[in-house]
Amino acid sequence: MIEIVSARRCIACDVCVKVCPANVFDAIPAAAPAIARQADCQTCFLCEIYCPSDALYVAPDAEGVSGVSEAAIEAAGLFGSYARALGWRRGRPDGAQNDPTFRLRVAAQ
Amino acid sequence: MINPRRVAEALDVSTDVLVVGGGPAGAWAAVAAAEAGSRVILVDKGYLGTSGATAPSNTGTWFVPPGEGRRAAIEQRQPRTGGLADPRWVERTLDTAWDKLHCLAAWGYPFPRDDEGQPYLANLRGPDYMHFMRRLVLGAGVMVLDHHPALELLGNGETVAGAGGIDRQRSRPWQVRAAAVVLATGGCAFGEHILGSATLTGDGYLMAAEAGALLSGMEFSAQYAFTPRPSALNKGLPFRWASFTRQDGTPISTEGRDRHAAVAAALLDGPVFAQYDQASPEVRQWLRQGQPNCFQPFDRIGVDPFTERWPVMLRCEGTVRGVGGIRLLDDDCATGVPGLYAAGDAASRERLTGAISGGGGPNSSWAIASGNWAGRAAAVFAARHGARSAERPVTPLGQAGLRPARKARPGLDAHAIVRAVREEMLPLDRNFFRREATLRQSLERLDGCWADLRGHEPADGAAALQAREAAALTATSRWAYRSALARAESRGMHRRPDRPGADAGFACSLHASGLDEVRLARADGRATEAVS
Repeated sequence: MIEIVSARRCIACDVCVKVCPANVFDAIPAAAPAIARQADCQTCFLCEIYCPSDALYVAPDAEGVSGVSEAAIEAAGLFGSYARALGWRRGRPDGAQNDPTFRLRVAAQ
Repeated sequence: MINPRRVAEALDVSTDVLVVGGGPAGAWAAVAAAEAGSRVILVDKGYLGTSGATAPSNTGTWFVPPGEGRRAAIEQRQPRTGGLADPRWVERTLDTAWDKLHCLAAWGYPFPRDDEGQPYLANLRGPDYMHFMRRLVLGAGVMVLDHHPALELLGNGETVAGAGGIDRQRSRPWQVRAAAVVLATGGCAFGEHILGSATLTGDGYLMAAEAGALLSGMEFSAQYAFTPRPSALNKGLPFRWASFTRQDGTPISTEGRDRHAAVAAALLDGPVFAQYDQASPEVRQWLRQGQPNCFQPFDRIGVDPFTERWPVMLRCEGTVRGVGGIRLLDDDCATGVPGLYAAGDAASRERLTGAISGGGGPNSSWAIASGNWAGRAAAVFAARHGARSAERPVTPLGQAGLRPARKARPGLDAHAIVRAVREEMLPLDRNFFRREATLRQSLERLDGCWADLRGHEPADGAAALQAREAAALTATSRWAYRSALARAESRGMHRRPDRPGADAGFACSLHASGLDEVRLARADGRATEAVS
């Protein structure tokens, strides 16, 4: 579930507050949003790709909090890693045109 | 129409068509209704673009050109559906999806190109698709209200007349009066941790039933997905190249067997591990590039899923990749309640996919097709009846969690009810494998939850949403297990080890109705055995 909103990276645009389908975040005036309802997170990683400054980190455990540190995520280069894998940039979609999944669907048959 | 931002207090607006739910079916319904000339409002519990089961992941579409090949594809799948699919409905689903996917390409959705340079339309990337649909919906002039969960429908004594709910980010009530309503609220995940589950609590089923609609095929709610433990990634495609082992490394044979059933049986004995070791180097590269969300659970903890083994589980997908939902009366996706339509996973998909999962391509094409049919039909209904409907006073139709049935007690514990639903609906030895004794046990507890919901004082604000979600989860569970008890055979995903094999006498849909008392009826009108 969502574990980190990096205050250092966050530009306080509140896009995550708007796009999270589980309404996990609360906006804080002129500051990084708060993770207000962590247990409601559905671990879908979508907030990460909509974030224009790669300030969010969702740990893959959907059932509990892993307690990872911001420093560890920074050191591992994991901020924004899902967005980069998709080809999304600065919170904007891109990369679907390069999706090779059709090759998998042929290979799966 | 009023600009909602200017309204300080409760939002109260009128429109022709209200669409509840912002997944693909709701988005397509909104566009179709707007194209047909209606004023349209779309409300979503979360955000149109990220809500629902489609947005987080890649999804195939069932995309077959018209002609002989299509007829062959339909005939080939028909026996697998347990005889419950209707080839005419499959044909019209494929037909509409074929048209609309070509529209998507024409409107600029960035489909990849195959080796012949042709756009490949049989796959959509969820985040990009739903981002694109949001733009399409807004471009069609639809008013979109995100984070506006609907709590109940409104009625005027003759037709459904809109819905009411809360704006959960501004903590204020809203009411949209509408001449027609499309429910596109998705399936019910029974509180499981799967992608999309935040919004998929069965709300539309509850609202439809309160208005008098029937549910159909609710026993087909036992679909489970292989999932890397403890992630929420219920995506099947990479598992095409998986092998499974027990704790001690002995392989679990899935050759020629129902893979899910083989792994489910092993999971009841102890931990199971998986590994994508059947994938060639080429496939590995395509998987990583094409299904990047499926690799986040591994990359983030430093596991190589191709060369190492890792714990796997089966997560319940309820009616999301199951089949049951609101019974559709006709080709327009009408529910039988005047002015009320259903689309996508909120509707029963039995006519498309029968007793087996339509997960992936079929459901994706169904969302497109049924969304378009329902949206257009709702627009036609609104044009015919809107003027009369606008003159009539409306009453709210919500009951459990909103209006107590009897002398009410304070202190409803919605979390405890959700916990009970999870405990009864998620375990493999209760829902994946169903037996009369466990079904009856679960129903006794679920009926108790329902009585609790009916006997408590209403909540407001966020607590009202929690109470309604608990009510929807409980109602859906009760319809699912009552239907499962009534279908005293095994068919498709409905596995009854105490009633192995299909019984020809059951080649028929089952309809569930009612809230305090659940009733079952066969679609063919023959009598059912008493099941309560």
